[in-house]
Amino acid sequence: MTPMPIAAMAAVSALGTGRAAHLAALHGRRSGLTPNDFDAVVGGWIGRVRGVEEHRLPEALARFDCRNNRLADMALRTDGFAESVAAACARHGAHRIGLVVGTSTSGVQAAELAYRRLGHDGLLPEDFDFAGTQDLASLAEFLRAALGARGPASVISTACASSARCFIDGARLITSGLCDAVVVGGADSLCRMTLHGFAALELVAPGPTRPCDAGRDGISVGEAAGFALLERDPPSAQATLLGWGASSDAHHMSHPHPEGAGAIRAMSEALDRAGLVPGAVDWVKLHGTGTRANDAMEDRAVHSLFGDAVPVSSTKGWTGHTLGACGILETVMIGGCISDGLIAGCLGVERVDPEFRSNVIIANQAATLQHVITNSFGFGGVNCSLLLGRA
Amino acid sequence: MSRLVAEILGVSLWGPGLEGWAASEDVLAGRTPHIPRESAPPAPALLPPNERRRTGAVVRLALHAAQEAVAASGLDPASLRCVFGSANGDGPIVGSILDALTEAAPDRERIVSPTQFHNSVHNAAAGYWSIATHNPLPATCLGGHDSTWAAALLMAMLEVDAGAPVLLCVYDHPMPAPYARLRPVIAPFGLGLVLAPPSGRGLAHLAVTHATTAPDSETAPHAPGLAALAAGNPAAQSLRLLEHLARREAGRCDAGYFEGSLRVEVTPA
Repeated sequence: MTPMPIAAMAAVSALGTGRAAHLAALHGRRSGLTPNDFDAVVGGWIGRVRGVEEHRLPEALARFDCRNNRLADMALRTDGFAESVAAACARHGAHRIGLVVGTSTSGVQAAELAYRRLGHDGLLPEDFDFAGTQDLASLAEFLRAALGARGPASVISTACASSARCFIDGARLITSGLCDAVVVGGADSLCRMTLHGFAALELVAPGPTRPCDAGRDGISVGEAAGFALLERDPPSAQATLLGWGASSDAHHMSHPHPEGAGAIRAMSEALDRAGLVPGAVDWVKLHGTGTRANDAMEDRAVHSLFGDAVPVSSTKGWTGHTLGACGILETVMIGGCISDGLIAGCLGVERVDPEFRSNVIIANQAATLQHVITNSFGFGGVNCSLLLGRA
Repeated sequence: MSRLVAEILGVSLWGPGLEGWAASEDVLAGRTPHIPRESAPPAPALLPPNERRRTGAVVRLALHAAQEAVAASGLDPASLRCVFGSANGDGPIVGSILDALTEAAPDRERIVSPTQFHNSVHNAAAGYWSIATHNPLPATCLGGHDSTWAAALLMAMLEVDAGAPVLLCVYDHPMPAPYARLRPVIAPFGLGLVLAPPSGRGLAHLAVTHATTAPDSETAPHAPGLAALAAGNPAAQSLRLLEHLARREAGRCDAGYFEGSLRVEVTPA
């Protein structure tokens, strides 16, 4: 494929707001995870963004107020992202700027609160703005209003691969000729539905998540928002999307394919689209959720393609599993790592699972990074791999 | 180029009084009146029984529409990339989880059903479809309130533009009772389309462009009963296109897309 420049990037997560905060935490090996104080009965640790409760949306966009859109707003207003989009609108015309963003649960937390106020008629209160908060379209409508983009817009919801999948569908809008630039990324926010849901599946780790550890025992749920601006011939760029691959496991709704057939297919396709051989990859940034099944499957898949030569690691020990936002958050972090020459080794690992055969890295390494693969997988058996390179 | 083209190789639908393409063609063509009688589609025979057991009305609606469209196209279901669009996804399951979270004592730990939780994801129907058809190809899944039909059709046209045939499945089901006032969806409706790069062998040719202004042609179906359905179910906004296919009549079937529109031109073969 023709390489797709990424003109701007920004993110917010438990590590803080903006790219510098994320890079500083990666370099300093400081996790953003804390004991679960969002819904303590679920237990475990969470990656909670500080300052969401105090954050206010611009007054004109107040109808979109919910935790998810606050996260999105926080991300937009960091690292000059909104300004970069405004400049692209000026260069190409707002009608040529598309928006493809992902979320798994949108503003469902607003519905959780509204359900406590059902009327005697059993109906949700009239002041609950369903379309402005819980509906998936809320994220797109909020962002279009905040950014002034007037091109085609979509909200992708493919579980934990949502914001990774956006890069694919966003790039298509540009290659088809419909758009000159597309805002991709997304947001997912803490809510009781996902915390209790993962607890019901017995996938929540009692302590901070430890992807790839022999004793790993589940995920830490996190929240994040992040965005990237894909643009044809931008005046400057921060990274490049060189390839992508996507697949379906066609196996089970919540268990990954044991041999990682779908993951292998997604990574192979990403390599093929980029015209690269596995040996040209400098770092495989794993989906690496910290569950027994995901990490074991992913190790097998990565080893079958890359052997034990290429360093592999997960960043979820820092941020938790930010669900539909993990694809964009981890892409933004990789963008910083490419600039800084950093491979972030897994955090919190005492002993790498001795069954693993790929080259799991548990300490930071300095490296010149030309090509990085990042994986995002999700319920329903969705797999997305993005291949990122230098600007 | 900012105009996307495709050919329709297969079409299906399920809705009140619209039980599959063959049974609905006369209604869509205006030859017989629409009698809106609600019925559930047959259980998805493609799924193994243990998976079928876990599916609810919303997934069954989507799978039926998908299956019939692919059968009509004559293509192998495992050879098709997929786009699934739904404004509300599985509203009944999300509602049931919200009920459980609201009703349980705050100190109770296991209050959400694990099966309901993994079925609550917006891509559940796509996941079951891939399992049912052993399809390793990717699916993208989206929602967009009353812009869902336009957004999903555009996404499918982009897949075709990239050179591959695609299954487009768009479906919406009524929301649970607490939403009756805020998000009324009057009846279940689902449709399937198999789209492919133009070859001259299909049922109809489609050309699509994006406009930043509202539709400047009629978007509602001709038949009054179908117009009510299109206004009361986001997926049923596709009915105007389906009417054109049944009538074998060329014309515009634009769709509202946020404050703009998707300009859709259909030319039956």
